[in-house]
Amino acid sequence: MNMRYPIKPKKTVVVVSSASAVGRKEHEGPLSGCFDLHDIEEKFGMKTWEEAESQMQHLALNTALAKIKLHPSDVDVLFAGDLQNQCVGSTFGVKNYEIPYFGLFGACSTFAEGIILAALAIDNGSAKTAAVSASSHFCSAERQFRVPLEYGGQRTPTAQRTVTGAGVFILGEGGEGPRVTGLLPGIICDKGITDVSNMGAAMAPAAFDTLTRYFEAMRTGPGDYDLILTGDLGEEGHSLLIEYMGRAGYDMRKNYNDCGLLIYANSASDTHCGGSGCGCSATVMSGYIYGRMKRKEIGRMLYIATGALMSPTSSLQGKSIPSIAHLVEITSQ
Amino acid sequence: MKIDRNEYGEFVKKHAGKSPLLRNAAAAFLTGGFICTFGQLLFTVYLNFAEEEAARTLSTVTLIFITALLTGIGVFDEIAKFAGAGTLVPITGFANAVVSPAIDNNAEGPILGMGAKMFIVAGPVIVYGTLASAVWGVIYYIVKTCF
Repeated sequence: MNMRYPIKPKKTVVVVSSASAVGRKEHEGPLSGCFDLHDIEEKFGMKTWEEAESQMQHLALNTALAKIKLHPSDVDVLFAGDLQNQCVGSTFGVKNYEIPYFGLFGACSTFAEGIILAALAIDNGSAKTAAVSASSHFCSAERQFRVPLEYGGQRTPTAQRTVTGAGVFILGEGGEGPRVTGLLPGIICDKGITDVSNMGAAMAPAAFDTLTRYFEAMRTGPGDYDLILTGDLGEEGHSLLIEYMGRAGYDMRKNYNDCGLLIYANSASDTHCGGSGCGCSATVMSGYIYGRMKRKEIGRMLYIATGALMSPTSSLQGKSIPSIAHLVEITSQ
Repeated sequence: MKIDRNEYGEFVKKHAGKSPLLRNAAAAFLTGGFICTFGQLLFTVYLNFAEEEAARTLSTVTLIFITALLTGIGVFDEIAKFAGAGTLVPITGFANAVVSPAIDNNAEGPILGMGAKMFIVAGPVIVYGTLASAVWGVIYYIVKTCF
C-alpha cells in the first residue's frame, strides 16, 4: 500500500449508517427533506453559536448510532473535525461518548479526510466500526474568519456561504450499505491565489491534481462514474475545474456536480457562489447522497472534498491559500 | 498535465465575476443621500429647541442610536447589503462597526470579550483618524503662521 496512489480496501468497508443536522438556510434549500434534523433558530437550544455547532455534531452522531441501534462503546474509533480554532466544535460535541478520538483539521475537506482514515483503520484491522463527523456553523465561522455577524457590508460575487450543519458516517466491516471502494489522499497545492473571497479558485487546482492522479492510476475517466462530486468549489471553482479538466482531456460536463451548488438555491437565497465549510459536503453526503446510494440511484461515484488550508492570520500576513482535495470512491452494492 | 501557476492566476482574474459597480454606486448614492437628508431634517427640528452646536450633536447622536438599534435587532446588515458605501460612509457605518462586534463577543464576557473586542473593526479608523487630525493640525498651524 502506498498512499501516493489510489488505495483499494481489501476488506469490505461499508457505510452502515449516516445522519445530518442543519440550520435554516440549508433546511429551506433544494435538499430540504434529506436531512435528519434541523433548527431554524440555528442554536439547537444552546447559548452560543460555538455550543450550537457542537450540539449539531452530538445530535448527528447520536442519530447515526440510533438508526442502526449501535451503542457508542461499539464504535472503535472516531475521526471528527470542524473549522473552529483548535477543533473545539468537535471536541465539545463528542466528548461524552468515550470513543477513541482523533481531531482533524482539513478545513472543508475534513469529512473526506475522516472517511479515508476510518476506512484505513477498518482495512488494517485496528477497528471494526469507525465513525466520521464534521461540522461548520455559519455564525461561528463568520466571526472567526470574516467580520462580526451584524456588520453591514457587501460581499463580492465569488464569495460563498459557510454551511450550518453537521454530517456523520458510520463505517463498518461488512454489512448493508454503500461500499468504500477507493481512496486517494490529497497533496497540498498552492497556485498563489490570495483572495479569501474566492476560495473556489484557490481550491480547484487541488481537486484537479487529485482527480487526474486518480484517473491516470486507475486508467479510468469521468465517463466511468455515475457521479463526480466535489465538496465546496461553488460556481466559480466548479467551472474552473471543468475548464482545466477539459484542457487535460477529461470531459466533466456530463456527470460532475458540487455539494456547494446542491445545498442552496443560489440566486434565491443570496448565497453568491454557493455553500462552503466542513458541513457543506458532510451534510450533502450524509443526507442527500447516502440516501440516493442506498436506493441504488447512484452506482459508482467519486467524492472529492476540497479544503482551503489558511487561517485569518496567514491571510492578513499576505500568504496565499494552500489547498487540498481528498478523494473517496463509493459504490452502491 | 500540471496547472501553470502564472497562467492560472491570470485566468482566475479574468474568469471571476465583477461586483456590479454602477448598481452599487447608485444604491450608495441614494441611501447615503437619504441618510444625510434625514440628518439635516433632524438638525432643523432640533434647532427649534436647542443651540446650533447642541442641535448638531443631537442629530449625530440620534443617527448613532438608530443604527445601534437596527444593528441590535439584526436589520442593519440587510440594509447595508443593499446600500454598501451608502451606510458605511456616514456616521451610521461607524456606529455599526462598534455595535456589531460588541454583540458578537458578548459570549466571551463583558471585559475580555465585549470590552476588548468592541473596537476590532472601528479601531483602525480611530487610530488613523486621530493621527491624521494631528498631522493636519500641524500643517494648519504652519500655514496659518506663515501666511
